[in-house]
Amino acid sequence: MSAALRGVWGVVPPQGMEVIPGWTSGLAVDELSGILLVTLVVVLVAVLAYASGEGYGARFFVLMLVFAAAMAVTVTASDLLVLLMGWEVMGAMSYALIGYVWSDAERVRSANVAFLTTRAADMGLYMAAGFAIAGAHSLRLDDLPHADEPWRSLVAAGVVVAALGKSAQLPFSFWLSRAMAGPSPVSALLHSATMVVAGAYLLLRLRPLLDATGWAATAVSWAGALTALLLGAVALAQRDLKQLLAASTCAQIGFMVLAAGAGAVDGGTAQLVAHAAVKSLLFLCAGMWLARRGSDRWVDVVFGVGAIALAGVPPLSLWVTKDEVLAGVGEQSSALLAVAFAASVLSAAYAGKALLWLFRAGERVRVPWSQRVPLAGLAIAAAGLGVLGLPGILGEPGPDAWELVLSGVLAVVTVGAVLTVRRVPEPAWGLQWLWLERVAVVGVVRPGFAVARALARFDDQVVDGAVQGIARGGLWTAGLTRRRVEFRVDGLVGAVGRAARSLAALARRPQTGQLHLYYAQAAVVLAVLVVIAVLAG
Amino acid sequence: MLTLVIFLPLAAALVLPGVPRRAVPWTWTGVSATELALVVAMWAVHGTGGGTSFETDVRWIPSVRAGYHVGVDGLSLPLLAMTAVLFTSCAVYSLRQTRRVRAYAMLFLFLETVCVGLFAALDLLLFFVFFDLSIVGMYFVILLWGHENRARSALMFFLYTFLGSLVLLLGFIGLYLGADPHTFDMTELTRTPPFAGSSGLAGLTLLAVGIGLGIKTPVVPFHTWLPPAHTDAPAAGSAILAGVMLKMGTYGLVRIAMPMLPDAWRRYALVMLVVGLVSVLYGAFVALAQDNVKRLVAYTSVNHMGYIVLALGAAGVPGGDADAQRLAVTGAVTQMVSHGLVTGALFLLCGVLHDRAASYDIGRFGGIARPAPVYAGLVAVAAFASLGLPGLSGFIAEFQILAGTIGSGTTATAVTGALAVTGILVTAALFLRLLHKVVLGPPGELTSRVTDVRRPELAALVPLLVLSLLIGVVPRVLLDTIEPLSAMVIALVGR
Repeated sequence: MSAALRGVWGVVPPQGMEVIPGWTSGLAVDELSGILLVTLVVVLVAVLAYASGEGYGARFFVLMLVFAAAMAVTVTASDLLVLLMGWEVMGAMSYALIGYVWSDAERVRSANVAFLTTRAADMGLYMAAGFAIAGAHSLRLDDLPHADEPWRSLVAAGVVVAALGKSAQLPFSFWLSRAMAGPSPVSALLHSATMVVAGAYLLLRLRPLLDATGWAATAVSWAGALTALLLGAVALAQRDLKQLLAASTCAQIGFMVLAAGAGAVDGGTAQLVAHAAVKSLLFLCAGMWLARRGSDRWVDVVFGVGAIALAGVPPLSLWVTKDEVLAGVGEQSSALLAVAFAASVLSAAYAGKALLWLFRAGERVRVPWSQRVPLAGLAIAAAGLGVLGLPGILGEPGPDAWELVLSGVLAVVTVGAVLTVRRVPEPAWGLQWLWLERVAVVGVVRPGFAVARALARFDDQVVDGAVQGIARGGLWTAGLTRRRVEFRVDGLVGAVGRAARSLAALARRPQTGQLHLYYAQAAVVLAVLVVIAVLAG
Repeated sequence: MLTLVIFLPLAAALVLPGVPRRAVPWTWTGVSATELALVVAMWAVHGTGGGTSFETDVRWIPSVRAGYHVGVDGLSLPLLAMTAVLFTSCAVYSLRQTRRVRAYAMLFLFLETVCVGLFAALDLLLFFVFFDLSIVGMYFVILLWGHENRARSALMFFLYTFLGSLVLLLGFIGLYLGADPHTFDMTELTRTPPFAGSSGLAGLTLLAVGIGLGIKTPVVPFHTWLPPAHTDAPAAGSAILAGVMLKMGTYGLVRIAMPMLPDAWRRYALVMLVVGLVSVLYGAFVALAQDNVKRLVAYTSVNHMGYIVLALGAAGVPGGDADAQRLAVTGAVTQMVSHGLVTGALFLLCGVLHDRAASYDIGRFGGIARPAPVYAGLVAVAAFASLGLPGLSGFIAEFQILAGTIGSGTTATAVTGALAVTGILVTAALFLRLLHKVVLGPPGELTSRVTDVRRPELAALVPLLVLSLLIGVVPRVLLDTIEPLSAMVIALVGR
């Protein structure tokens, strides 16, 4: 990072504390955290300002604020414990926000899918914390690269799985499709400055760990590149604008993950910030269309700006930042670069398809200034954040001029082609998000429930059955003794019995049928046993 | 002071017949609150240092060297506080109880003395007496105030756990005989572990103690008494049974089995790890398939208690990192407290449901958040606390257990710990399913009968969840008390 930025916010020294005794935790703000915090706050203010015109209740704003606070904790945490705390609370808040309209069973189901998918991936972080203690005897993020093998690789694996899950990368992408069940302002925040970018942030943050293992960086690069390509194709195939935007989020975050894997940390950060402005803008506009079945010229214009920026058309923001990522990738592997370049062309195509929604007929409605202003602010950011790529702002030599020109021309041509043709292929595999959710349901959820039901039956019939069987066996033996043995013995001892009847009457007295008396007797017998044991011992 | 704390509820129970009927619930609540205040005062005096406070040692049965020996330390104080909180909550919850109030209050006060006495006992025979009396007390609670199959469930509970206590007694006699000189005193048994040199007998004794405590905990496969007992017990009874009495098993493991049989514990640590892991996964999966709310919560108890056994097993694995093992033990004790608060709250919430609609069937509810928004909020918080959401106590406990177990650094602990992590996913799934079917979504058959929580119910539930939140956000007060104890346990097991 450049000295210029360091001068802007300086570096807040780590606030050391021990949440659990003996293990250093803390919050700290460095350049990366600072950039994310500012992005978070700006997007949060814009989204909440917009939402205040939509008439949501207190529950909505409380959840949104806790959601944002959890993201703030996540990006400033300097150890795995505090990170995990912010990380999981963020997931729970996303559950509550996606299922905001809780009386609709389908939305609640979507919220369940989102929370359970991300929590399945979060298990990686729980394990990583254990592995970190085993390998580095520390939970601090900056100690992780120095862990001993094989623990270091295990830590990296856990972190990577958790990050891919949170960022809706392959193979976890399907939960983001479900997350669309939430209100539009939720999508605007969830897709831009919180939740999905947390995974990309973590990978950017732990770049030294990925490097140290030798394999993790490559794996992360490919996961990001393939997500950018395949989910780009999924986005292109969508017929619903919100679904298109959701898939495009996966694809765009793929570029950030790719940047983390390829070592282009500054490019990835710039991409994250620019994408946050673009995507929150697009979701707010899309939400307005859906909610009011129309818009006004103002909304149309800012949506157009956002979509063109998403396409990577010069000179808007994502054109520069994405090329910066690609430049970093090009230094690593040409195969990766080819995939990423194809994904970049796809992004122009799906952004062009999003632009088509502008041509659909809709009613003219009046949008209040309280909503126009935040939209305008986001649009300016979406257009202008390309300055982050200028030399000297976020360090690192930028892409070569020919790369910039080539990608700019390709973006313009692709958008133009889509706008002219107006029809793009919509294959079923794309429309259905690669059938990822169905695979998860068939491969994990159904077997899980089958195991649960089988174990429950086993528990009732075998485990409990055995206990009941032993009890029945005891009763049966008692009955047998009474009928067979006692019957014969009875005749034999009849004479003795008469003599003993007086004794028996005496002995019958404690047999009251009251359990506490039996208990008292048992205690006495036990006491006798103890005495015998003592004498014998 | 400690003796006063132990016997105050019993004394109150004895004078309760002389109290006017209308004043009974308030007297009960007042005594429980006083008890809580006394326990908090003891904690304040003890602070966060190591060692035992408020020790009393009086000759009781000198012929077998058993004494009335009580005291509190970093292990017992958190549990005593949790016990006092839970009994107070139950008293407040039962303010509207109408059926045989006086006997109910007396029985609960008797149980409180028994539970407090058990966690304070430093003598095996004294421990055993309290252990058994708790079974008797709970038997009558289920039998007299339960519902549906209460007689059968109560009998099953009694016979099963009583059998367990007999096995436990065998183990205690084994410890007594193995000690030189013979004694039932826990402090002496801890100082010089019995069976110096005869590992076979130590193993058998551990088996007896382990099974005895394992039935109470309960661990798989000794858990089948738990679901019926919970299903048919009254709400407050379930809360005490799950919240306090299950802890007697794991408390015994930390207090008796680990420090007194360190060699055997280390030798069979792997068994404990596996039993803990199986309980975690089995409890979670079986809970996922339940359609009765109370059975569901009962099986999550098997899951949560499994984490404790797992952590204690990890603490005994030879060659493990001592700091990580200490973390696991601290987590285990935290889990005992956390589970008491959260599961206590969950069972009281189940009780509210049954009070309104006389059913526990998940499939017959839905959309309760509409008629009962406050209730829905409480259920949601308790469910997320139970599934281990950060900011609530369950996370602090389970994170320490899992990180400590995996972090011990041996292959066995890393593998079992990593597998146990899947438990948090299954519990998340089952609680989301519960929320989905009961609280959210469209209204169900019995939804209209559910009215929102009343004031006594709210006053009973909110403190439990607030304490869970406090432990989740600022855990240091609790953890600093436990920490010296965990370090001591690790040192004792490692010798």
